[in-house]
Amino acid sequence: MSSKTALHSALLNIANQTLFFKSFVRNTWKKGFEWQEFSHQSYIIGYRSIGIIALTGFILGFVLTIQSEPTMKQFGAVGFIPGMVSVSVIREIGPVIVALICAGKISSSIGAELGSMNVTEQIDAMTVSGANPMQYLVVTRIISCIIMIPLLTIFADVIAMFGGFAATLLEGQMSAWLYFSKATAVLEFADIIPSFIKTILFGFAIGFIGCYKGFNSNRGTESVGLAANSAVVTASVWIIVIDAIVVQITNTFVYS
Amino acid sequence: MENVIEISGLKKSFNGMPILRNINLTVKKGENVVILGKSGEGKSVTIKCISGLLLQDEGTLRVFGEEVKDLDRIALKKLRRRIGFLFQSSALYDSMTVRQNLAFPLKRVAEIKDKAEIERLSREVLESVGLTDAIDKMPSELSGGMRKRMGLARTLVVKPEIMLYDEPTTGLDTITSKEISNLILDMQRKYETSSVIITHDIPCARITADRVLIMSNGEYIAEGTCDELENSPDAFIRSFFK
Repeated sequence: MSSKTALHSALLNIANQTLFFKSFVRNTWKKGFEWQEFSHQSYIIGYRSIGIIALTGFILGFVLTIQSEPTMKQFGAVGFIPGMVSVSVIREIGPVIVALICAGKISSSIGAELGSMNVTEQIDAMTVSGANPMQYLVVTRIISCIIMIPLLTIFADVIAMFGGFAATLLEGQMSAWLYFSKATAVLEFADIIPSFIKTILFGFAIGFIGCYKGFNSNRGTESVGLAANSAVVTASVWIIVIDAIVVQITNTFVYS
Repeated sequence: MENVIEISGLKKSFNGMPILRNINLTVKKGENVVILGKSGEGKSVTIKCISGLLLQDEGTLRVFGEEVKDLDRIALKKLRRRIGFLFQSSALYDSMTVRQNLAFPLKRVAEIKDKAEIERLSREVLESVGLTDAIDKMPSELSGGMRKRMGLARTLVVKPEIMLYDEPTTGLDTITSKEISNLILDMQRKYETSSVIITHDIPCARITADRVLIMSNGEYIAEGTCDELENSPDAFIRSFFK
């Protein structure tokens, strides 16, 4: 592909995503929000991800504690481990890991589902019957992601603290009360709020990319796989980029 | 009898490649028009233009006297409520049961809120297509013929005035194809619809057609009843019926 064609293709892609975003915003505020489909999607995106998020969160806290313990011991700073785990999990590791897992699980599933509906003309069938597929399929999924990903992240953060506590139990050094007191004492709103805002943006990226890739897939069966794959890759890249931008903004305006 | 569809000089290209070159077609109220043609001739594109899924590049396309490309979103939505479209793949929503597939257009298109009324209309249309027992099944549990019947039921449940059929018997065995063709004719009589039927299936055309059009190179080259076209002096036209 020549550089001119690649540039044209990239610009076209940006234009299409902008139009898709505009359509999403317009349809979000339109009368007739699909509450039933929204709650169904929230169940799928949120409730059905609890298992994997709980496991990941627990191992995250557990491993972080075990890995940092020898070094902290050298400096006689074992007592700081709970605070270190809670700050690093809540500020950075929790949101990013949960978002990357959800990009793999949710964005790909949305991409494949809508891609398959596109191939089998179900989206055309909705359009031609006078229903609004953008409102029914896209708005409900993106809003569910925007709400569920932050909730899953909070859940993962809490479980990670339990994971960290479980790791300290191996050494038998700290009581539960002391561990959780130390873990929460160091936390400030400046740690929690930017991180929470970040998870909302991650949720939007996961839902938006999944829907965009699925909705705009080609008509062949091969395109379903491509839509799912492309949704994971693109959503993961978006998550990393959003994280970098939000961290930079937070460092400039909150921590400095 | 009044014309429900009037198409004149319709042209449509994709990526600079002309698909429809000069389509002229009128469909009268209560008439069944069958379009025959080789694959890739633009038959499906024609009915997608009629339903407003695609917009023509040139020409006029009037449905119930309204120029489709000039309609705004709300007017197009209103128009689509009067048009039913049976897709080649039936396009059943596979995450929903048969009951939910039928309730979907009833709630959103016919805007019926009463659950008992939705249930009554769903059962009535399922009875018409002989699928009453399948009401709680998922689309994946239905056979090819049942899926076509179900697709037809979902389209007819909102009582459209025009039906567009995109290859309704493709992929079905001879007996099931004949059943579906007879069902199309029965439904047309029962619901008094006008229909445009795209097919390669000559027995289906013989059962359903009041008038047949043959499409070649993006335009209609012949028109008549099945018998007239079968006895055409043009060998190419006769070849469709062999």
